[in-house]
Amino acid sequence: MYIEKLNVLNFKNYSSEEISFSPEINLVTGLNGSGKTNLLDAIHCLSLGKSAFSTQEQNLILTNQPFLSALGFFQKGNKSYEVRYDYQKGSKKVILLDGKAYDRLSDHIGRFPVVLINPDDQKIIREGSEERRKFFDQLFCQIDHQYLTQLMHYMHLLKQRNALLKEWKEGITKKDFVLLDSYDAPLIRLNDELHQKRKQYTQHFLTYFLLQYKKLTEDKEHMNIVYQSDLFKSDFPGLFQKNRERDQILERTTLGIHKDDFLFTLGEQTVKHYGSQGQQKSFVIALKLAQLEMMREFSKTEPILLLDDIFDKLDDERIHHLVHNIAGTTKGQIFITDARPERSMEIIRLLKREIRIFHIDKGKVI
Amino acid sequence: MNIPSKLIEEAVEEVSKLPGIGKKTALRLVLHLIKQDAKATYGLSDALKNLRENITHCTVCHNLSDDTVCSICSNTHRDHKTVCVVEDVRDVMAIENTMQYRGVYHVLGGVISPMNRIGPDQLTIESLLQRLTGNQVEEVILALSTTMEGDTTAFYLSKKIKTLEVKITAIARGIPLGGELEYADEITLGRSIITRTLLEA
Ligand SMILES: Nc1ncnc2c1ncn2[C@@H]1O[C@H](COP(=O)(O)OP(=O)(O)O)[C@@H](O)[C@H]1O
Ligand SMILES: [Mg+2]
Ligand SMILES: [Zn+2]
Repeated sequence: MYIEKLNVLNFKNYSSEEISFSPEINLVTGLNGSGKTNLLDAIHCLSLGKSAFSTQEQNLILTNQPFLSALGFFQKGNKSYEVRYDYQKGSKKVILLDGKAYDRLSDHIGRFPVVLINPDDQKIIREGSEERRKFFDQLFCQIDHQYLTQLMHYMHLLKQRNALLKEWKEGITKKDFVLLDSYDAPLIRLNDELHQKRKQYTQHFLTYFLLQYKKLTEDKEHMNIVYQSDLFKSDFPGLFQKNRERDQILERTTLGIHKDDFLFTLGEQTVKHYGSQGQQKSFVIALKLAQLEMMREFSKTEPILLLDDIFDKLDDERIHHLVHNIAGTTKGQIFITDARPERSMEIIRLLKREIRIFHIDKGKVI
Repeated sequence: MNIPSKLIEEAVEEVSKLPGIGKKTALRLVLHLIKQDAKATYGLSDALKNLRENITHCTVCHNLSDDTVCSICSNTHRDHKTVCVVEDVRDVMAIENTMQYRGVYHVLGGVISPMNRIGPDQLTIESLLQRLTGNQVEEVILALSTTMEGDTTAFYLSKKIKTLEVKITAIARGIPLGGELEYADEITLGRSIITRTLLEA
């Protein structure tokens, strides 16, 4: 699958641009702040229905404009598709496939798979468990639509349950344990279903990941991903029930898959605390390339790969190695941004794939 | 929007407060009324005023009603042993349109949603339970929307009703109810009432 043409209107610092891409390699250059990452984000929006960087649609609209619209022409299995992402201030965003708006935005997820690698991804290792759940959930949602539905149900019921606990604590409503049961029963069931899937998919992911990591580094260290969950404890339903008292005091649900974590280890140590900068960088790239391979397997389409500033602070030899690995991983469409493309160009040329170069200046392709 | 007349602006302001009506539509409606005979405007404003002053809720089923007891509850030809529990008046209308149901109703006034500060006390649940304690009712049909809130409410009600000597049934899932009326298909809805199934509590 690849994106043939992108047309953006009032998207971030782009006022109006139409760009035709190569189905192979697209190198996006320009000064810092010119709009390279924004261009990749437009493609991300078309694929996942949301920005990779901003949770507020409002921030995606070009300053002082009332709306934005991004239109992408995709080729997938010899068919053309037109995906449009529209957002007007004060309205709900709309995603249209071939001119027809989706009833539910979630129906769009996974149809046009994209993997973005960005310097920000380091937070998957460095920050709290939420970032890791986000990473794995985004992957699992794209390969399994039922997982997405179950997760949305789970998060919704959790919000309701926590709101109820808060009202109890504030004394707004009298405690009615039958009502709490009405949330606990489906939550316990969904906890189990989602846990089984996370367990299974993480195991599957690990195989891809270890191969990628080995290819990326000379490292002899043994890397691992350990899935941690309250659901591994015996008799989770009983435990959940027992925890109700605590939940009432804390006004939130303290047990469940929303507390899961994925521990990244290096031998006996954690990657977060003992991994070198280089190891951490390779670790994240391996996570992302494994994501791409798993998405390809499940969606049976080649995902688009967006590489944002990944050559930054790498020496030529490491760039060489990285490019070689990426080329070995995907024959699909690739976007690469680089503020200083002189060096990466040389190396990318060696791949002997069609390369199109775009110079960006203040939100314009020149 | 730049409206040159203060009078028009005020009217547009009021009309556009209605759900689903934007400023442009409101302006179109207002200009339309101005073009018509004055009678049209008075007819509308009188009807609205009359509605506001006289509409009430049925004291038995909580459906909107002109009198203290609604026309369905006061109809002796209907089966008062069967009560169909719905979210709002639109569901009553949808089920009535199928002509397949001869029982009576109980209108909850919504579904449970703590996030929106709607608990059992904000709905007519207590009144339903009281209605069911009197030994008059033999069957309760739950006809709630298949949203998560609808499911929670159905689960909650079935637990509460279980202790009473009443049969609990539910219409087939996936039937559009509770505000999804515009999609309601009378044959499907009519069938699902007839083929309702016993709820496992
Ligand atoms: N909604 C917006 N309206 C106008 N400009 C924006 C908006 N969002 C981001 N920008 C601008 O985009 C620029 C950053 O673009 P980016 O794609 O991150 O640059 P880079 O080429 O370094 O990747 C910043 O100058 C920022 O001010
Ligand atoms: Mg950038
Ligand atoms: Zn009545």
